[in-house]
Amino acid sequence: MSLVFAGACSHAPGITGRAERADPALRDAFYAALAHMRAALEAERPDALVVIGAEHFANFFMNNMPSLCVGMADSYEGPIEDEAWLAIRRTRVPGAAALSQRLITAMMEDVDLAYAQEWKFDHGIMVPLNFLTPRYDLPVIPVNINCQGPPLIPLHRCWAFGRALRRACDRQPERIAVIATGGISHWPATPDSGKINEAWDRAFLERFLANRRAELLAYSDAETHREAGQGGFEIRTFVALAGCTEGSRGELWFYAPIPIFAVGCTVAVMRIVPLTPGASP
Amino acid sequence: MSLYHVQKLLYQLNRDPSVRTRYEQSFETLLEDYELTEEERRAVREPDIGLLYVMGVNGQILMHYAALRGFEWDRYIEAMREGERRYGPVRTGLYVRAGEGS
Repeated sequence: MSLVFAGACSHAPGITGRAERADPALRDAFYAALAHMRAALEAERPDALVVIGAEHFANFFMNNMPSLCVGMADSYEGPIEDEAWLAIRRTRVPGAAALSQRLITAMMEDVDLAYAQEWKFDHGIMVPLNFLTPRYDLPVIPVNINCQGPPLIPLHRCWAFGRALRRACDRQPERIAVIATGGISHWPATPDSGKINEAWDRAFLERFLANRRAELLAYSDAETHREAGQGGFEIRTFVALAGCTEGSRGELWFYAPIPIFAVGCTVAVMRIVPLTPGASP
Repeated sequence: MSLYHVQKLLYQLNRDPSVRTRYEQSFETLLEDYELTEEERRAVREPDIGLLYVMGVNGQILMHYAALRGFEWDRYIEAMREGERRYGPVRTGLYVRAGEGS
């Protein structure tokens, strides 16, 4: 079994960039949960960390927009945003090109992918790394799911991507960790920034943590937009992780709306169950 | 498809240092490279952040342009609200309010 860790967390830029404006008690409890997640990740001694993210026009624009893209470089750089705005220093993050290539090749047996040998990280990856690998010493393999420029990939194909990733990971000798990072309900960069639909978030998380495939795939984009805002389309990253951890259940280590961070701040970790040999697709 | 060109200009301005340099040296010359309507050109030039938001510029592009033009967070949020008051709801794109517009 080479998938050794799987979890999910938020990535909103306010988490670091507007830290001083948050309720200190909530903020510090959230940071503590992220530190707990870091300890759990490190305890599994991963050789590489796959980050399933949803970038915000750092690399990809509507002139040539991949639905799914996987990084295949030996290093990356980020954050692309202003360092003071995000409160994260620009740095070089190690990659794992050879492992990326093996994973991509294996996944292509099941799903269509784009790959990229150049990639700059925005807050969507840098905020999680800031907490989970703050020394930037763990090779990272970025995955992007287009959640910004419709048409967007359907949820069932995000699940299929996650399954393909799991199967690819399980064929590698390396110990691989996977995290998904996205918002649940949120209306970032709008006049409604700070609005969070906690009830919707908690219902989604319940389905996610119980790994209930049919219920996770039942969300329509119209419903998500209405109840969870345009930021809610990032549930695609959670759905991909659910596909990657099919049959496993998760634990919620933290959830609280923190309006100045513009998202319901989430930390969740899956208890990975090995795939059943010969399980149906 | 003009919105595409507004977003492309702001995306490149956010991400490409050479475009940023051209912006600093001759904004008007840079604007000529993009197929913009007069309203779009005005909104980018001033900048009218509220109008850009109402036009449908993706917030993940617009928030960085607002920061570049000196809008701190609260002023940026207020500029979008003012845009909705002056110009009406977001016209197109991902930021149309659910149940409104196209």
